[in-house]
Amino acid sequence: MKPRRIIGTTLFYLLVAFIVVYTVFPFYWAIVSSLKEGSALYQIEFFPKDPKWGNYAAIFREQPFGRNILNSVIVAVTVVSISLVLSVTASYALARIEFRGRTPLLLLVLSVSMFPQVAVLSGMFELVSWLGIYDTLWSLTLSYMILTLPFTTWVLTTFMRELPKELEEAALVDGAKPLTIITRVFMPLLWPALATTGLLAFISAWNEFLFAITFTLSNERRTVPVAIALISGASRFELPWGRVMAASVIVTVPLVLLVLIFQRRIVSGLTAGAVKG
Amino acid sequence: MAEVVLKKVSKSFGDLKTIRDVDLDIAHGEFVVFVGPSGCGKSTLLRLIAGLEDITSGELFIDKAQVNNALPSQRGIAMVFQSYALYPHMTVYENLAFGLKLAKADKDEIDKRVREAARILQIDHLLDRKPKALSGGQRQRVAIGRAITREPKVFLFDEPLSNLDAALRVQTRLEIARLKDQLGATMIYVTHDQVEAMTLADRIVVLNQGRVEQVGSPLALYTRPLNVFVAGFIGSPKMNLLKATVAAVAPGSISVRLPGGTQLAVPLARDPHGVQSGAEVTLGIRPEDVGAPTNGTARVSGRVLVVERLGSESYLYVRTEGEQTVVARRGPGATAKAEEPVTLGLPAAACHVFGPDGLALSRPVPAAA
Amino acid sequence: MAVAPSSLPQPEVIGRPAVALAPSLLTRQRRRAALYFILPMMTVLTAVAGWPLARTIYFSFTNANLDNLGSQEWVGFANFVSLAQDPEWWRAVLNTVKFAAVSVSLETVLGLVIALTLNANLKGRGIVRTAVLIPWAVPTVVSAQMWNWMYNDLYGVVNAVFLKLGFIDHPYAWTASPSLALAAVIAVDVWKTTPFMTLLILAALQLLPQEIYEAAKLDGIPSPKVFYKVTLPLIRPALMVAIIFRSLDALRIFDLPYVLTGNSRQTASMAVYARQQLIDFQDVGYGSAASTFLFAVIAVFTIIYITAGRVRFDTGR
Repeated sequence: MKPRRIIGTTLFYLLVAFIVVYTVFPFYWAIVSSLKEGSALYQIEFFPKDPKWGNYAAIFREQPFGRNILNSVIVAVTVVSISLVLSVTASYALARIEFRGRTPLLLLVLSVSMFPQVAVLSGMFELVSWLGIYDTLWSLTLSYMILTLPFTTWVLTTFMRELPKELEEAALVDGAKPLTIITRVFMPLLWPALATTGLLAFISAWNEFLFAITFTLSNERRTVPVAIALISGASRFELPWGRVMAASVIVTVPLVLLVLIFQRRIVSGLTAGAVKG
Repeated sequence: MAEVVLKKVSKSFGDLKTIRDVDLDIAHGEFVVFVGPSGCGKSTLLRLIAGLEDITSGELFIDKAQVNNALPSQRGIAMVFQSYALYPHMTVYENLAFGLKLAKADKDEIDKRVREAARILQIDHLLDRKPKALSGGQRQRVAIGRAITREPKVFLFDEPLSNLDAALRVQTRLEIARLKDQLGATMIYVTHDQVEAMTLADRIVVLNQGRVEQVGSPLALYTRPLNVFVAGFIGSPKMNLLKATVAAVAPGSISVRLPGGTQLAVPLARDPHGVQSGAEVTLGIRPEDVGAPTNGTARVSGRVLVVERLGSESYLYVRTEGEQTVVARRGPGATAKAEEPVTLGLPAAACHVFGPDGLALSRPVPAAA
Repeated sequence: MAVAPSSLPQPEVIGRPAVALAPSLLTRQRRRAALYFILPMMTVLTAVAGWPLARTIYFSFTNANLDNLGSQEWVGFANFVSLAQDPEWWRAVLNTVKFAAVSVSLETVLGLVIALTLNANLKGRGIVRTAVLIPWAVPTVVSAQMWNWMYNDLYGVVNAVFLKLGFIDHPYAWTASPSLALAAVIAVDVWKTTPFMTLLILAALQLLPQEIYEAAKLDGIPSPKVFYKVTLPLIRPALMVAIIFRSLDALRIFDLPYVLTGNSRQTASMAVYARQQLIDFQDVGYGSAASTFLFAVIAVFTIIYITAGRVRFDTGR
């Protein structure tokens, strides 16, 4: 091999190594930190000499972290389910039925996903108070719809567009009404798309912070992101970071695993929504 | 079974008129083929009959009732799609039964019809399989089976053989011919392949740019094309279409001259109105009619460009003295070689003359036909 | 034969003029279905997005207060006038714009580098792709806390490593220091969002026909030139879409600066500022005005993007 190529390849692999370290290190450091208790946190060790699991137990003991996780799951699952149900029929119409105003409507839906959350905050706060659901999970279920509904509608519309026209026409000739076409001809083909869309919507609902910290007050109602932002130490003098990192790891490991398992699907879902848009 | 009647049917997509004033009468039990080059509107016309596209103006009648406004499933039609369009998540049985299930038919009736269709098409052993476990030819038969179970008044076929390889195409073509006899139903078949058209059709409808160029039996289209387009479209290899000028017009014949000097008198059944001496016309003659120069036939000389040997026959591509290319058919043992000089004979009785407007000047009916 | 009862319309009178007919039953049936299919979604969307937005805009013209919503009075443009004169607000605007500009630029460049790396068919590609997805999978708040800990002035690993490597001579308070805080926030955002850019750019790169590169290789064109003259122009449309999306996202950011630095004025984004007014200071009128301003900025950009994008679709596609 020519010397230039050896240098080039080495530099390339150095670059690769750098990228990998840069992206993975913070997560690695979080895991390492979560295994250090008390004064061990003051020392910089890249590999814990004496790993302790105390932090993990503490977050469930000192605050209702288990409850927080449950809250997040309940809200995310509810919101995503409702969004998917509403979007399936809407996306069929937006993708495959021609009517006046279709494109503007689609763009309207897309533009809602561009709203800064704070722009609906005061109006939403008023709504939440009026409905009496402040500091309940319902306030989150309601407000999260603004995140998930446009997203699921837009992505499902892209997927619906790609289903073969002749299949729909065969169903028409067979006498299928529009709803029948959706439920008995298209839905069976859409399961992967629904799963991907649901997963992506789940992740964005899970991650939501602004509404969660504004509309919940008590520890028991908090969702995971809020809990992690507000975790305090065992006492006034102790750094909370061990606990924070433990909570972070608990929450992140399943997500990372999910993303890694479904990475192909996720990538195609993301690019379908963005690139084609 | 039913007749299909189109009265001045037109279809526009926005400003683009894709079907122009089509009038058609399809008799009960007829097998009609829509044929034409890409973009001629044959598939669109089929879809208008099916109800998958709206008719912009004109009227469509199936079995004497006007169906412009009816849903596809109300028209008494069934369609076989080019890509078969089988429901991928259903078994063959379920695919065949789907339409009947939607119509809430009785379970025994459904079973009876599905099995009957499967029997006719010899796919009974495949009823439990899903489409992805089937070969192309099998899928196609399921698609046809789905149409049969509907017991429609009219069968519509949209280029059903295009996705099959050559050998399978021939085999399936025979099966469709057999089906035609077996079911005796009205069938409308769209294809771009004129061999399919010629072999399957009772009558052929030649379409070009949304207009009907000619309707007739395969033989009628072959021997008496009404215009240059049909003459050039039907028949493979194409009819030779040579530019010529009118030398003289006489009662019962017209004399045309080819560049290069060859002149021949083609018999006509009627006076060619408005075509005078000096007018530019087209002389048509099929490769199989271009023979050896014999006494009494006009001759044209030239140089062989290429010889294509197909085994059963050969085709000579000849560059004439008048700088025109003429294709002549010869037997398998033809000894002609490229660059050789050759003389061809053009029997006047086999020639077609098309006026300056492209329309055929009528020929006398051949005695033997 | 009639399993499916064919309820055909009455045969028309002979001699009916062949004029353009109304849409067929099929078309009408589908359009009616479209209405029913879309209505539920649109109703919810209006209730959840349209109505609150309208109320927020309304509040910005009032002197509403958080603990007695319902008894506000109209004050016209007073809030907006105050906003225009508020140096804290303009600081927030500046922070947001700086943040967006630097973040998106860095993410684009880094994303390009990583995407090119992933696109090159070399060993270890799978590891890089997996690694790159991790920042994206980590929830934003978690990222913020992880980096918060790394940035810790006394015990954070960033100070420790930089000190050891000699980049700095004393520990810095990354998130507290006025000059460094915004940079610290940007660094976390870059870490978190580069994967998204990478994925988009990679998708665009993989759509490019390989033959161009083979032809360039045969012609002996050096790699950098191939990149600038061939690759870059070809992925420009996708790149522009990604940049615009990201910019819109960056302008409305809240989670990251809030968790890293709270309401600190050095890093407050427009969204952080607006919420602080709204919830912490309970000044709903003023906070809504700030929110409305932010919304207007995003709306303008979105409209430009959509109209420019549609023009491109009509002519390009």
